[in-house]
Amino acid sequence: MPAGLTARDVVVRFGGLHALGPASLAVAAGQFVALVGPSGCGKSTLIRAFAGLQSLNQGAVYIDDQPVRQPSPRVQMMFQSANLMPWRTVRDNIALPLELAGVPRHEREARVAALLPMLGLEGFEEALPSELSGGMAQRTALGRVLVARPDVLLLDEPFGALDAMTRERVGFDLLDTLRDAPKTVIMVTHDIHEAVLLSDRVLVMSGRPGRIIEDVAVTLPRPRRLDMVYEPQFAEIARAIRAAIRF
Amino acid sequence: MQEVIGRDRQLTAEDGAGVASALRGVALSVARRLLFLVTPALILGAWYIVAENQWVQPFLLPHPFVVAERFQAVAADGTLWRHTRVTLQEVLIGLSIGAAVGVFLGYWIAKISLLETLISPIVVVFQATPIVAYAPLLVIWFGSGIESKIITCVLIVFFPILLNTVTGVRGVPRDLRDLMRVSNATRWQTFRKLEVPAALPVLLTGLKTGATLAVIGAVVGEFIAANAGLGFLLNTARQRYDTPLVFVAAIALALMAGLLYIAVTLLERRVLARIGR
Repeated sequence: MPAGLTARDVVVRFGGLHALGPASLAVAAGQFVALVGPSGCGKSTLIRAFAGLQSLNQGAVYIDDQPVRQPSPRVQMMFQSANLMPWRTVRDNIALPLELAGVPRHEREARVAALLPMLGLEGFEEALPSELSGGMAQRTALGRVLVARPDVLLLDEPFGALDAMTRERVGFDLLDTLRDAPKTVIMVTHDIHEAVLLSDRVLVMSGRPGRIIEDVAVTLPRPRRLDMVYEPQFAEIARAIRAAIRF
Repeated sequence: MQEVIGRDRQLTAEDGAGVASALRGVALSVARRLLFLVTPALILGAWYIVAENQWVQPFLLPHPFVVAERFQAVAADGTLWRHTRVTLQEVLIGLSIGAAVGVFLGYWIAKISLLETLISPIVVVFQATPIVAYAPLLVIWFGSGIESKIITCVLIVFFPILLNTVTGVRGVPRDLRDLMRVSNATRWQTFRKLEVPAALPVLLTGLKTGATLAVIGAVVGEFIAANAGLGFLLNTARQRYDTPLVFVAAIALALMAGLLYIAVTLLERRVLARIGR
């Protein structure tokens, strides 16, 4: 079951630097929210708080009204780089969360095998990360977050390192998987276009210390299609977001 | 027509050149593999010429054949092996203990910065002082037997291994650590599935340095006071101006250090291939 996410008056300081907040937001279960804002505004810090990786100076974050004090098994996170273990094959990288959770080998392999076609990684099970293209590496990372069947996905600029075409493809791969297994998603991105194309709602953050300053609903119908970017509605939403970001 | 023939001829000539260059390529690659033999062969040749013409007095530089004969003799009567075995034992035990201590301390220093503050001054001062300064003390404390040499080995070996362990463990990418935390990995899982494979390549480099240093440690110990070992053999041969035997002992030590280095290199390759590096 997807979980609702809430942040209440979250403040994070790094030493004397006031990095984030007070920031508050609420994400309904199953919603896909994009988080945009100028560099250094604390976007990553905010989603690291939901991941249980960031201690807060004030406020709290909740998953379904449960305060987050440590990493929750319901949450998986995707990082800026593919962040694969270079000594593990594609299969073993994807299976890592299951391995850590103590899932038996045959079940691990079955679950990885079931994911591979959707990820377009069939035939690459035994490949090492050094043998993969950037897009394939990122799809392996996507497989790794999906295999554990989390209720919440936290994506920290997951496609930032990819070229424009690959980034669109992997983004749509993600939407496909969400249709079959709905999850609550928060995605940090620099790319307004990507934010509008994938999400239900775009939250705009101010410069440091970051606060949520704008909440733009993306009213485009689902399933999303690539050619929606040419619709006037798309351009209007993108313009509203761009206008809200102050560098 | 003539143009075509001309072109044909040209092609044949190019083909011939292709075969020739392929052969040259093979010959070159074989030559390159054997290239490491050139320098030793030149040195041996020079030694032979100098000794043969007696440009240097034989008690300073014995003839290579005399050294070879001597080598054969001490190898045949068991003397060489008896001393080699003692030194090898000291080296292997010292290297093992030194590596274990270095990896253990290095891991905890990398994890706990307080420990680094507490330990690093001793380690640095200790390491900056030549081992020869401590070796006599170790012999006084632990006797002239094998123990004092093992401890000398441990002391000289553990530092590079400790440093490389610290570097290796600190070099584990932060994002991978976060990945383990997000996936609720236990401390033991993080150690086994992330820190060990990530730090292993750097650690093995330290082990290679340690392996060669271990031989130095054992010989330094044997020079101070001993009743067996290649360092002891070398030292007694020197006192008796038995230069050929000095050469024999030195060559045996060089072989031991070289083989040890090769063994660790092979181990490194196997381990790295196994973890897919």
